[in-house]
Amino acid sequence: MSPADPPRPPAPQGVAQSRADAPALLTVRGLQKSFGTTRVLESIDLTVNRGTVLALIGPSGSGKTTILRCLNGLDLADGGTIDVAGYATLTFDPAPGKKQLTTLRDRSAMVFQHYNLFPHKTVLENVIEGPVIVQKRNRAEVTAEALALLDRVGLTEKKDSYPFELSGGQQQRVGIVRALALRPQLLLFDEPTSALDPELVGDVLRLIKELATEGWTMVIVTHELEFAREVASEIAFVDGGTIVEHGAPKDLLRNPREERTRQFLHRLLFPF
Amino acid sequence: MNESSWELFVSSLGPLVLGAITGTIPLALSSFAIGLVLALALALMRLSRQRWISNIARVYISLVRGTPLLVQLYVIFYGLPSLGIVLDYWPSAIIAFSINVGGYAAEVIRAAILSVPKGQWEAAYMVGMSRSRTLSRIILPQAARVSVPPLSNTFISLVKDTSLASLVLVTELFREAEQIAAFSQEFMLIYLEAALVYWVICLVLSTGQGFLEKRLDRYVAR
Repeated sequence: MSPADPPRPPAPQGVAQSRADAPALLTVRGLQKSFGTTRVLESIDLTVNRGTVLALIGPSGSGKTTILRCLNGLDLADGGTIDVAGYATLTFDPAPGKKQLTTLRDRSAMVFQHYNLFPHKTVLENVIEGPVIVQKRNRAEVTAEALALLDRVGLTEKKDSYPFELSGGQQQRVGIVRALALRPQLLLFDEPTSALDPELVGDVLRLIKELATEGWTMVIVTHELEFAREVASEIAFVDGGTIVEHGAPKDLLRNPREERTRQFLHRLLFPF
Repeated sequence: MNESSWELFVSSLGPLVLGAITGTIPLALSSFAIGLVLALALALMRLSRQRWISNIARVYISLVRGTPLLVQLYVIFYGLPSLGIVLDYWPSAIIAFSINVGGYAAEVIRAAILSVPKGQWEAAYMVGMSRSRTLSRIILPQAARVSVPPLSNTFISLVKDTSLASLVLVTELFREAEQIAAFSQEFMLIYLEAALVYWVICLVLSTGQGFLEKRLDRYVAR
């Protein structure tokens, strides 16, 4: 990583300080979601404080990715409320209007499992698209910021490349830079390393870890327990559309209170 | 080929090419341009979640594809006057061809839009874009690449279909050919010559398609 600290979005601050003045960045109450007749989220309650790194773990189909997608409005919850950073609380029954949904998206930025970079735009264009076109910020300023972020993740030389010319790990780092350039209050990661070749996982995890130590508030859906233990300040175990257990990594991973959590961890530790 | 038919061939080439330049090509280009706009609108209507909007487009496409182009042309040129709507040759032909292209190209564009992965919509929404901005900046540029080969097909068909305009009295390549053939009685020669001119036009179009595809492929792994 570059030694010089590039200009960074202003949102995150030191963990200790921000916890003191504004505790909850994200408050979710009674969030429900069904696809057709299938209940995916029963009733999710979740509070994420500023500077917290929350890892969502759980078996596939448990609803953890759906929680994340609801937080960004990519999936529309059927019931409950989401409150990000004290903006008007979003109620999902009845469904919120487009404008309200946009305010939800403005607060957060997401990093996708399959990167979802825009293939017809260069790396730099991918990063500045949102800030320039949507947020209407000054192009020169945004470009300078984007180049600094790309430099930080070691991709300056790739700024004019198209996504197909990059490795998976490089694409995902661009995905992270694209999210950071939006200056969100909340970073959402949806299994950010699941699509990567094993040898490329390290770079991406290291970058996320750095962001964590800088005080970004993050919600990470992950299968990497070791990573969760190291980076997360809290872990929530999701199963059957509910949060079964939520606590500090060392408690939850070492001494799970719930039988379901225990079984899940056991399966991961002893797959065969 | 004897000397006099060669002379006829050479002397007819001028009028035929002129017919292509003043009739066939502008007719095809303007109909295609209008038809594409219509097609985009219809494709978006087809993709609408509002049932009735998508049904309007569905019925339109079904009517256009389910009836002969010649009949459509005749309805507009010979039929509409009985309703008091009298259109000149050119507008009649352009309207008929545009309506026709619109119906066919709508399905091409719809399929091209659907071929763009869902993740692209999600990433665009994630950076804060509205639906219409996502379409114009993210989805359509990618759909364009996919739709060039099938739309080229549509365009090439259209170029040849414009020969039907001779039946509503538009002076274009084929009408020129008919007149020369009737006058000279050299049907085989003149109609083959007309075919040759159509073929050359379509060859040029195919080459253009190649260039366009190459240009749009610059961001795709080879």
